[in-house]
Amino acid sequence: MLELNNISIDLNVQNGNGKTRILNNLSFKFEQGKFYCITGPNGGGKTSIAKVIMGIYKPTEGRIFFENEDITEKNITERARLGICYAFQIPPRFKGLRVKDLLKISAAKENMGLRNSLKSVGLCPEEYMDREVDESFSGGEMKRIEIATMLLRNPKVIIYDEPEAGVDLWSFHKLVNVIKQKHEREKAATIVITHQERILALADEIILVSEGQIKQAGTPEAILPGIKKDIECELSGICGGDDYAECCR
Amino acid sequence: MLNAVDKGLLETVADLYKIPSGAFSLRKNGSGLFINSSENVTVKAKEGQPGIDVIVKPGTKNESIHIPVIISQSGIKDMVYNTIEIGEGADVVLVAGCGIHNSGSEASQHDGVHNIIIKKGARLRYIEKHYGEGNGSGGKILNPQTVVEIHEGGIGEFEMVQIGGVDSTHRVTEAKLGKRAKLVIKERLMTHGEQEAFSDIKIELNGEEALADVISRSVAKHTSSQVFRAQVIARSAGRGHVECDSIIMDSAKISSIPEIRAEHPEAELTHEAAIGKISGEQIIKLMSLGLSEEEAVKVVIEGFLR
Repeated sequence: MLELNNISIDLNVQNGNGKTRILNNLSFKFEQGKFYCITGPNGGGKTSIAKVIMGIYKPTEGRIFFENEDITEKNITERARLGICYAFQIPPRFKGLRVKDLLKISAAKENMGLRNSLKSVGLCPEEYMDREVDESFSGGEMKRIEIATMLLRNPKVIIYDEPEAGVDLWSFHKLVNVIKQKHEREKAATIVITHQERILALADEIILVSEGQIKQAGTPEAILPGIKKDIECELSGICGGDDYAECCR
Repeated sequence: MLNAVDKGLLETVADLYKIPSGAFSLRKNGSGLFINSSENVTVKAKEGQPGIDVIVKPGTKNESIHIPVIISQSGIKDMVYNTIEIGEGADVVLVAGCGIHNSGSEASQHDGVHNIIIKKGARLRYIEKHYGEGNGSGGKILNPQTVVEIHEGGIGEFEMVQIGGVDSTHRVTEAKLGKRAKLVIKERLMTHGEQEAFSDIKIELNGEEALADVISRSVAKHTSSQVFRAQVIARSAGRGHVECDSIIMDSAKISSIPEIRAEHPEAELTHEAAIGKISGEQIIKLMSLGLSEEEAVKVVIEGFLR
């Protein structure tokens, strides 16, 4: 249903004249109803994949197809209206905008359960609804509000970018269950960018991304042992730094 | 006596859909149109000067007073002197909006001096909305001067909002706070086109444990300009905070000048000021929820000025 076809992205280097390639000729097909996890080292291109799907990054080369339609030139709004959703890794804060305002904007239909969306992520509606989405919230609270906004969407593709980041252990388990239940209920193509084994284990398919490319893709049984080996290798100090990815494979 | 334009202005600046039954005064095109008192609130025309006196009896609770001013005739230059006295222990809301509809070529202007006295232990929530509309070339000018005195333990909560459409404004707000008095000023200002706005706030913390909090948020679009000066002076062991946040767009200009001055060793004063454009991340987030870019900008601005 969603196909990335030979996607490359070159970004301008800050304070310099050159460009850096953050995705390199990457192709993949996501299918409806499947649960995907994207994992890999920091800076490898995971969030860039999410941003190119949402339309935040425009590919330098390659095309994106959604339900057999070329959406490469469609902007963020148009893609959102097609049913593509993205929970940000670091959600922005809004001075003056209240939680209930953000939830109302997120709601795909009127009369959707704004209060229930907050309850589902462990936030008390009475306490949170009228608060502004500003600096007074912790990173973990912001993350839970972000997931609550996703619960109100009616997605065909939904991307969660590191939902575990900044979230305490108790809330983490709750969020994982919420993501899993939404996936089972709505059968969208769910894509979770994560480093957490508990989430990786839920996947129908794990995509290992590094250096702007897909290095491996397959079931958790096929992929997880290799990832664990990589990490053990890194921790043992046999190899390290920039050479890690190459020497471990 | 009220036409559709008048009713629209009243609704915008005072949330009034009809003439209310309680304490009320409506001034239209430079003269008093309606005036009404309630059992606990006297509203009467001021002697010797244009304007009104509003006297709230001590202990009055849960009462709203509306004193809107509307100008729908081009070329009117109106000036009022209002005195508002909130009796000891009273707790009331006062809505004092002003709206100008100018479809002519001459400037319409309303200047007002409000002297507000909040007596011992009383609380006043003061809501002032300013708004201008009309396609005429004549200016829409509003210059309010608000002088506040808060006695021991009194509380003033002031919401002063310029919704938009006002070509020129010079707002002056001065307050003197007694012992344990508290004042919160929330100012919201929107300018667009070639409009200009000046806001001068001066608060003196004269009594022990007096507290002032000034929160100003503004948005300047197009080639409009804003100057915001807020001064909090602590002459006692009082606390004060000034916060000025502005969103700047297009070719607008904003000056933000917070000043805190302590004249007592136990005073605690803080200030912060920020001017910046709308964050791209905010717009992207809202677009990812299905809003167009224009709708996203509107949501960010409306939220910021709420």
